Amino acid sequence: MATGAQANTVGRRDFLKGGAALVLGFYLPSRSSRILAAQAAGSEAAGKIFKPNAWIRITPDNQITLLVEKPEMGQGPRTVIPMMLADELEADWSSIHVEQAPTIPEIYKGLSTGGSGAVEDTWDSMRKVGAQAREMLTVAAAEQWNVDRKECRAENGAVIHAPSGRRFTYGELVETASKLPEIKAESVPLKDPKNYRYIGKRVPRTDVPAKVDGSAAFGIDVRVPGMLYAVIARCPHFGGKLAAFDDKDAKAMPGVQAVFAVAPLGRPLNTAGGVAVVADSTWSAIQARKALKITWDKGPDGDETSAGLRKQIEQAAAGAPTFVAVNHGDALKAIEGAPKKVEASYELAFQAHATMEPMNTTVHVRDDGIEVWTPTQWADAIQGTVAQLSKVPPGKITVHMTLSGGSFGRRAQWDYAAEAWQVADQVRKPVQLLWTREDDIQHGFYRPYSHHHLSGGLDSQGNIVAWSHRIVSTPIRAYFDPPDSLKDPHHVAAQELGGADVLPYGVPNFRLDFAPVHSAVPRAWWRSVENSSTAFANGCFVDELARAAGRDPYQYQMELLDEQQRTLGAQNLAAVMWPDQPHLDPKRFQAVLKLAAGKSGWGKPLPAGRGRGIAAHYSFDSYVAHVAEVSVGKDGTVRVHRVVSAVDCGTAVNPDGVAAMTEGAVNYALTAVLTGEITIKDAAVEQSNFNDYQVLRLAQAPEIEVHIVPGGGKPSGMGEPGVPPLGPAVANAVFAATGVRVRRLPIDPGIFKDGHAQAG
Amino acid sequence: MAITLKVNGKDYSTSLDPQTPLLWVLRDGFNLTGTKYGCGAGLCGACTVHLDGEAVRSCQTPVGSVGSRKVTTIEGLSADRTHPVQAAWIAEQVPQCGYCQSGQIMQAAAFLAGKPHPSSEEIDQAMSGNICRCGTYQRIRRAIQRAAGEAA
Repeated sequence: MATGAQANTVGRRDFLKGGAALVLGFYLPSRSSRILAAQAAGSEAAGKIFKPNAWIRITPDNQITLLVEKPEMGQGPRTVIPMMLADELEADWSSIHVEQAPTIPEIYKGLSTGGSGAVEDTWDSMRKVGAQAREMLTVAAAEQWNVDRKECRAENGAVIHAPSGRRFTYGELVETASKLPEIKAESVPLKDPKNYRYIGKRVPRTDVPAKVDGSAAFGIDVRVPGMLYAVIARCPHFGGKLAAFDDKDAKAMPGVQAVFAVAPLGRPLNTAGGVAVVADSTWSAIQARKALKITWDKGPDGDETSAGLRKQIEQAAAGAPTFVAVNHGDALKAIEGAPKKVEASYELAFQAHATMEPMNTTVHVRDDGIEVWTPTQWADAIQGTVAQLSKVPPGKITVHMTLSGGSFGRRAQWDYAAEAWQVADQVRKPVQLLWTREDDIQHGFYRPYSHHHLSGGLDSQGNIVAWSHRIVSTPIRAYFDPPDSLKDPHHVAAQELGGADVLPYGVPNFRLDFAPVHSAVPRAWWRSVENSSTAFANGCFVDELARAAGRDPYQYQMELLDEQQRTLGAQNLAAVMWPDQPHLDPKRFQAVLKLAAGKSGWGKPLPAGRGRGIAAHYSFDSYVAHVAEVSVGKDGTVRVHRVVSAVDCGTAVNPDGVAAMTEGAVNYALTAVLTGEITIKDAAVEQSNFNDYQVLRLAQAPEIEVHIVPGGGKPSGMGEPGVPPLGPAVANAVFAATGVRVRRLPIDPGIFKDGHAQAG
Repeated sequence: MAITLKVNGKDYSTSLDPQTPLLWVLRDGFNLTGTKYGCGAGLCGACTVHLDGEAVRSCQTPVGSVGSRKVTTIEGLSADRTHPVQAAWIAEQVPQCGYCQSGQIMQAAAFLAGKPHPSSEEIDQAMSGNICRCGTYQRIRRAIQRAAGEAA
């Protein structure tokens, strides 16, 4: 990682992890821990608090409180993180409570999540602190009884002296334990996995009760006495700006308190700027916004269209690359000389995140500081941003991280919080800025538009002799960083290739190159980032090669993975660039393929008109394979009947959570496969709501079966890895059902003509 | 001119404009924030409440049109999460982010009240006006089947 020192060259994953360095928290100076514990518990009990570190506190009433840094946006950290603690602590599950950690940057380094990292990041630290606390409580009991520590054991929230049967609850031991010299976590052995009581079991989510009775409070539900409500009319043209506005009619509308211009904020916030309307209810603000008369300057890219972008992409696909990421052997020459040559181009549209809770933030700017309530993936970044904008020191800015109504990467941006501060700074009363659904669809940070040209050569036995992949895309970081960043190979490898450099198959000649195209459309991380695009290209192309070789796509992949095991790493750029990071293990890749194939009845007959497709992908250190079963209606509508998924994420800490994330990933991916598409005209988004940005609905949702590879060791991410292989599994199934290749997502029903003849 | 409403058995009054959708009166006027804004256009179902037991999209219901009909929101569906639909939602571990679930539950509750033993197709049809972006649809189906089974 020679060039990894600069923030803008560190991979997304590394960057978020760097921000979320939980492990460091265990070496807190005790002063901060004591302050925090006192703050958390109230002054009267503060003297009796046992605090092995800043994250957990055990009180004399036998209650264990865990301060979780990871935001809750649907992925279940408030259940799975305490499970890991409870197991090592030998705690009674019902005694554990979770609170959101506050924004105190000196203590909590990363109130954030991303890269599917919530479980992986906390696995070691939660178990270690649990073991450490358990040991200190056990030693405290031995001391109180004046017996040998070896005669005592912890069990379900108590310490038991085995020979005499005496028992102390943890609460009863708090005072003694808090006076013991600290026992280092490193000196306490962790449990044998076979003795886990919670890890690996189906534990109900702690946040579910509040989510069925309306009491769960999201950002939009923040209510502060005297608060006002605001919306912003943003410049619809990306890169454009406000030219002039007339607010006479808007100001005359009932409930309107203020109307004013809001300046755009440049990189990295990327807000559009426009006109804010503040009123006594959200509805009044929305109505008054409609009454504004605004002239927009379309800006330098004001004539951008989707068709124009496609033309640019086609040129880049045919031209010279700006960066050759992998050049193992000589793929181009080998393809040229191969007895059989296969070529295909794949394309993926811009996608919106479309979280159910639209962006919003409530801010109160007071003389003594600023208070912010926000649904976010990254609270301390918002604190820092507001500090920068307001020139108020971070210590005087409190950020309350609320529940998030979905995120999928969108709330790793904090444009909306910056805007809310801009409005509140003018109003000086608590104000909630709400994005309407139209604002959300038209002012998002979209999954990049990408195009993938693949070519491959087969020898006379159908073996792959060469594989070449050209990625053309509207890169994410080019939107945030100076354009020169795209000249840095490390940067491009880290940010733009999205797993395409980790070709799982053993191929003697492999080339991957990249060419960016310009667009004014904002791009950012969308659930699984570029993995959803590259997996589509790779997962479809290997299926095309298998068919060209006259082989079964599942068997063909299994053999290519055997071959990869013989030649491991040769074409794996990631292995070269980050030798100390986990890498694709072909055996684990095979295991998910095999499990999905077996459970789906791969190779067994299906009803007429149906087809099966298989695809797998490795991302965020996890392996997921899907087998999709589809049919295509006379009108070209693709119906996905069933998806059988196999998952390997190391230790599945909460298997039901793993299943839920996988089901969610399948459904989320299906929107982008079947119907979702963001198109551009006049550098503006043409869609506006769920009528024209069509997302998956219940009647379209397939049956999903999730099978987990029984594994152990460090857990890896599950929020995202289920997304990438779904597109190719469906596309391959469509081919099996109809003989028609899907090479663009979302699927255009127009590709099926004349009742789509069966595959030959 | 204040409008009075009966919501979850209690009397409320608002001075907001009669054209204001019930959604915003509940949320901004009465601080009943369990009912969610999702699209403002009757496309997603997040704002579903009951008027005299019937599921309606509160974002499309001007407060002035409610009249004497009784409004039930998620906060009033049961006092203690014991409504069969809520119990089934917990048993099937439906919610992820949870944002759309108030609307899903209100839709399902009204649907099952009118059709206690629905077929799979009827469930699909009745619930397809409610969007969930986390993708809890399979669990919603199971929870409705469970609630229907337990009411039998």
